[in-house]
Amino acid sequence: MRAAANGQPVISAQDLRKCYGDFAAVDGLSFEVQAGESFGLLGPNGAGKSTTMRMIGGVSQRTSGTLAVMGLDPDDHGPEVRAHLGVVPQQDNLDEELKVRDNLVVYGRYFGLPLSYLRPKADELLEFAQLSDKANAKVDSLSGGMKRRLTIARALINEPRMLLLDEPTTGLDPQARHILWDRLFRLKESGVTLILTTHHMDEAEQLCDRLIVVDKGRIMAEGSPAELIRRYSTREVLELRFGSQRNTTAVDELRGIGDRIEALPDRVLIYARDGEAALEEATLRGLHPVTSLVRRSSLEDVFLRLTGRSLVD
Amino acid sequence: MRRQPATARVFRALYSGNARAVIGRGLLATRSSNWMVMVSGFFEPVLYLLSMGLGLGALVGAVEGPAGQEISYAAYIAPALLAVSAMNGAVYDSTWNVFFKMTFAKLYESMLSTSLGPLDVAIGEIFLALLRGALYATGFTAVMMAMGLATSPWALLLIPAAVLIAFGFASLGMGITSFMKTFQQMDWINFVMLPMFLFSATFYPLDVYPQVVQWIIQALPLWHGVELLRQLSVGVFSPATAVHILYYLVMILVGMVLTTRRLRQLFLS
Amino acid sequence: MVSASRARRFGSWYYAEHSLRVMNSYRWVLLANSVGSPVVYLFAMGIGLATLVDQNDGGAFGGVSYLAFLAPALVMSAAVMTAATEFTYPVMDGFKWRRVYYGPHASPLGVHQIVNGHILAVSIRLTAGSAAYFGITALFGAAPSAWGWLSVPIAVSCGLAFGLPLMAYAASIREDKGQFALVMRFIVTPLFLFSGTFFPLESLPGYLRWIGWISPLWHGTEVGRTLSYGYSQPAWLIITHMAFLAGLAGVGWILAQRAYQRRFSG
Repeated sequence: MRAAANGQPVISAQDLRKCYGDFAAVDGLSFEVQAGESFGLLGPNGAGKSTTMRMIGGVSQRTSGTLAVMGLDPDDHGPEVRAHLGVVPQQDNLDEELKVRDNLVVYGRYFGLPLSYLRPKADELLEFAQLSDKANAKVDSLSGGMKRRLTIARALINEPRMLLLDEPTTGLDPQARHILWDRLFRLKESGVTLILTTHHMDEAEQLCDRLIVVDKGRIMAEGSPAELIRRYSTREVLELRFGSQRNTTAVDELRGIGDRIEALPDRVLIYARDGEAALEEATLRGLHPVTSLVRRSSLEDVFLRLTGRSLVD
Repeated sequence: MRRQPATARVFRALYSGNARAVIGRGLLATRSSNWMVMVSGFFEPVLYLLSMGLGLGALVGAVEGPAGQEISYAAYIAPALLAVSAMNGAVYDSTWNVFFKMTFAKLYESMLSTSLGPLDVAIGEIFLALLRGALYATGFTAVMMAMGLATSPWALLLIPAAVLIAFGFASLGMGITSFMKTFQQMDWINFVMLPMFLFSATFYPLDVYPQVVQWIIQALPLWHGVELLRQLSVGVFSPATAVHILYYLVMILVGMVLTTRRLRQLFLS
Repeated sequence: MVSASRARRFGSWYYAEHSLRVMNSYRWVLLANSVGSPVVYLFAMGIGLATLVDQNDGGAFGGVSYLAFLAPALVMSAAVMTAATEFTYPVMDGFKWRRVYYGPHASPLGVHQIVNGHILAVSIRLTAGSAAYFGITALFGAAPSAWGWLSVPIAVSCGLAFGLPLMAYAASIREDKGQFALVMRFIVTPLFLFSGTFFPLESLPGYLRWIGWISPLWHGTEVGRTLSYGYSQPAWLIITHMAFLAGLAGVGWILAQRAYQRRFSG
């Protein structure tokens, strides 16, 4: 367990478990999150990320283990814990019956906040989310990116100390994603603790100081993105395509190049410290791939190595 | 961490004392929604009253009222239709409406990511259902008075009595919704409501049935509502009046206990 | 190419099969309702209410019991109610909520086949439902005439006469503002209550009788009464009733086809 850097961790989970009947959605997670940290949960679908988020907010009761959020047990103090949380769910659940600005104000009322605070705050957040000109529009008329920004703005209405983001940019176009990342980065700078789940590795690399890789409800690895790449992958990756017939036979001839070779149906991956050198070695052995590509190792390589390549649904 | 007594702990996890935020949201949503839909709910019992009261009443003539006096057929069915309308509105709001907002609109999911607890949501939604019921009941009572179907000043008590009936059905309905998983299951609710609507001495007196059937109907809630309102409409009371009221008080209590116990199943998981 | 030519020929049936499979997931509720509600209505109104009505009807029902008078009207009403549901919410579901029409639309099926398939499926459901309803009224002894069973096809056409114009309207709705709730409350319920269902139209005051005259439910019920207990009326009137139903269904069908074409093309 990491030593607490600056006093009490804001989240402390020990052996957290959630079962639905015989099925353990979350199976013994232990982690701590420090104030101001940006913490990621990575994992394939069904890994237990969203369930963990719901337990942190006290809307899903854990089966066993201990959990403290800002020193309180969310199962016993749901309302108090959530008073300091901002929640961005996986699917937008904006109030379609209310206009854009009313969505923010009414949501703030759920925290018991006075209108004198909420009116200017709503305008400020619309500005932040670049939605000021949509204040009186219907939610229905917003684009996917706008809805997402509104959902994030809504989660900030109570000036939360901690923001829970469940796949914040899934389904958005690149422009919208970059705008969102920018906004999240500013929040982090202002000291808000971010907890986010994602299966976009670039997002995790952009936003997370530290992350855990979760699969089947268990922690597979923990560390900063750079640490994880160092520990579970090589510096570079060489991707070779020989045509789907030849990939497997080529593997035998490539043996010994790089640290590790992975044969996929459509290509062969060679994990090496120096990708160009590996490519030269392959050419020297008389192999002529249809295409070749040398790239930096990414969190995606770590993720696939830890959670496997087969589909999980 | 300091441990609190178990009940206080459960309560704190479920309630933040802010049901008025849920009510405020409901009123704002009504204002921006199609008000015709809202108003149309008032017309349903009025149409039944006109059709059955005028059309069928012309054939049936006078019938025996609560104190044995002769009253017109329209005056006989009007309080029953009010009771049915209170039941239908409350059941719709606490079952279909709650189910829709939960499964499709995901409204409660967003409410419960704030400091609101499930009890705030339940109280707010039931209050909104009762407010709507009170508005309809006021309108219908006015129609009854205008048509000369409610002669006693006691008839003004039809409004709070209709709200009492609605409260009983709404609190129980929400508890029942917590057991529902699919729309197909929701359809069964209508299936139970139809016979209750038709058999509870709504359109004709109970004594046409064999004794056993009468007992069954008297055990069901709507009959008590129909009888209570019928007595109020003419201002005639009996010890049975107290029984009818007591029935609803118990029903509200049972419904609220059930709903509170099932809140986690209803809104959380 | 085989599949395309088959789709051209049997496309409507393929779509109908899809619709019926969807209904099948509701089979227990449907079955319970199609048996339960006739039984409940016949007991409550045909027997319970009849004790009040038969005492002093003064011959308003042409010499038959209130039960026999009521039964054909209930068969017709049930068909209209079913049609009112099946031609509204599923249409909105197809275009807007779950967009189920857009899958078949991307297949070789033509737009007109989606419309016809939907109508076909609902007609099959109406036939089964009306037959069950009529069968139960017969068990109550409420359909003395040997021609009573013919009220089943009349009920189906009654349902279509009401449902097809509604289908055209449903297909033209782009934004859900609770219009269907208004249709149910301001059209379906008044038709049910003022179409001579529970009492002859003549016992209503004159200023309300027009509701019956424009109501497919009243026209269907009048024919149903002749078929099930020999309610006597001139032949030209019976033909008028049936022509009214056929005309309304035909106009509704054309409008529905147009509305669907318009909706799919933009």
